[in-house]
Amino acid sequence: MSDTRISGRVADIELQLLIEAIYLKYHYDFREYAGASIKRRLTTAMDRFGCKTLSQLQDRVLHEPAMFPALLEFLTVQVSEMFRDPSYFLSIREQVVPLLRTYPSLKFWVAGCSAGEEVYSLAILLHEEGLLERSLIYATDINAHALQRAEAGVYDIERIAGFTANHQRSGARTSLSEYYTAAYGRAIFDKAFRKHIVFSDHSLATDSVFAEVQFVSCRNVLIYFNRELQDRAIGLFHEALCHKGFLGLGAKESLRFSAYAERFDEIARVDRLFQKRSPA
Amino acid sequence: MIRLGKRPASARPPQPDAIVIGASAGGVEAISVLLTALPARFDIPVFVVQHLPRERPSLLADIFTPRCARPVCEAADKEPVARGTVYFAPPDYHLLVDRSDDGPLLSLSSDEPVCFARPSIDVLFEAAADVYAEGLLGIVLSGANEDGSDGLAAVLAAGGRGWVQRPAEASSSLMPASALARCPQAEVLGLADMAARLAGMPAGSSRKV
Repeated sequence: MSDTRISGRVADIELQLLIEAIYLKYHYDFREYAGASIKRRLTTAMDRFGCKTLSQLQDRVLHEPAMFPALLEFLTVQVSEMFRDPSYFLSIREQVVPLLRTYPSLKFWVAGCSAGEEVYSLAILLHEEGLLERSLIYATDINAHALQRAEAGVYDIERIAGFTANHQRSGARTSLSEYYTAAYGRAIFDKAFRKHIVFSDHSLATDSVFAEVQFVSCRNVLIYFNRELQDRAIGLFHEALCHKGFLGLGAKESLRFSAYAERFDEIARVDRLFQKRSPA
Repeated sequence: MIRLGKRPASARPPQPDAIVIGASAGGVEAISVLLTALPARFDIPVFVVQHLPRERPSLLADIFTPRCARPVCEAADKEPVARGTVYFAPPDYHLLVDRSDDGPLLSLSSDEPVCFARPSIDVLFEAAADVYAEGLLGIVLSGANEDGSDGLAAVLAAGGRGWVQRPAEASSSLMPASALARCPQAEVLGLADMAARLAGMPAGSSRKV
């Protein structure tokens, strides 16, 4: 139980100042993040760092070099699992893969890849569908530490049972155990995947499009943004996608409240798969 | 830009501007008593967290829609809060309330479970307390864990009101008993009394937040 709470007028002012300080000093832009979630994450960080107020946290973030990377973990790291929402991957196999087969080479963008669970899930799916050899996956995140973990492809062995169960329900054609080596309580995923994956620092808040892709997967990232920033991100996806390219979102994310709602067709309602519409 | 709240120094409004309800084991029946009591003219938004298995889609909105006079739906991310609508947190996501220039919005989060629960009652109550302050009513119903206690404390600390289901009446008493231990100033009520009070809340009382 924690008594730390960010509430009241003064705390709102401190929150805005802290976010601005982070932007000015470190160029990480949280100014358009959804306020309620960021407050919760900062509350957790304040507990961990023993700060009584956001002003104290701001002081340390500005003056202690080790503090910002530590805080960034609280602000950005997203715990996911491999093949989270197995039916999403099943829908990709059924609705998207048949069209992907028609391309001689394929590019994918996993935006907000965090520690890489989603990236390896996609790579394994592409391998099973015989598409990995002609595929390149861009895996991006704003958290450099998360990207390192994603690149390492090492996960606690306790998580593998859940990953395996999800994989089986995703329309698997192989066994997950073919793709990792277990040692010292860890599972290390096959390094051969990495020649098909480019891990890169990229911000949906401040950076622009870097490649044309056939498929963008961005799940449970947009819920942390306000509507303006959601529109910026979806605009980047729209721009990056080729003609009739595909967009996959999280199970409870939609384009309903987006300025881009009319520019995509919903191809799998429950599994949140969309296809870029041809210009009218 | 992160929205700053407008916090008028005014006293607590006669009727709440928003209601949050939290329940776990035995909660669906208790929620049913309250939601079916809401009359067609009821115009206060209601946000509900009922702990559910994370694997399956929730049927709560489908179950309650035909039995309620007011619209019932599963909360969607960044959906504007509509008066008199009942929003259920989706399974495996926290439900929060955010401010925007156009009024309160629903917001979802996939952050770690709180009290082993996602959605967590504490997460909803704390976020709603921040937005609605003294205009919020928090209701803790039947359940077999301690989720909701910190949340109700946040509602009361922000000047809002709290109702707790009489533990002896709840099919699982731990959750209401924990909430009362944490928040002794909350009102202890039976479901029938809560339902009657909600049904009697006059229309047109909601202030703009």
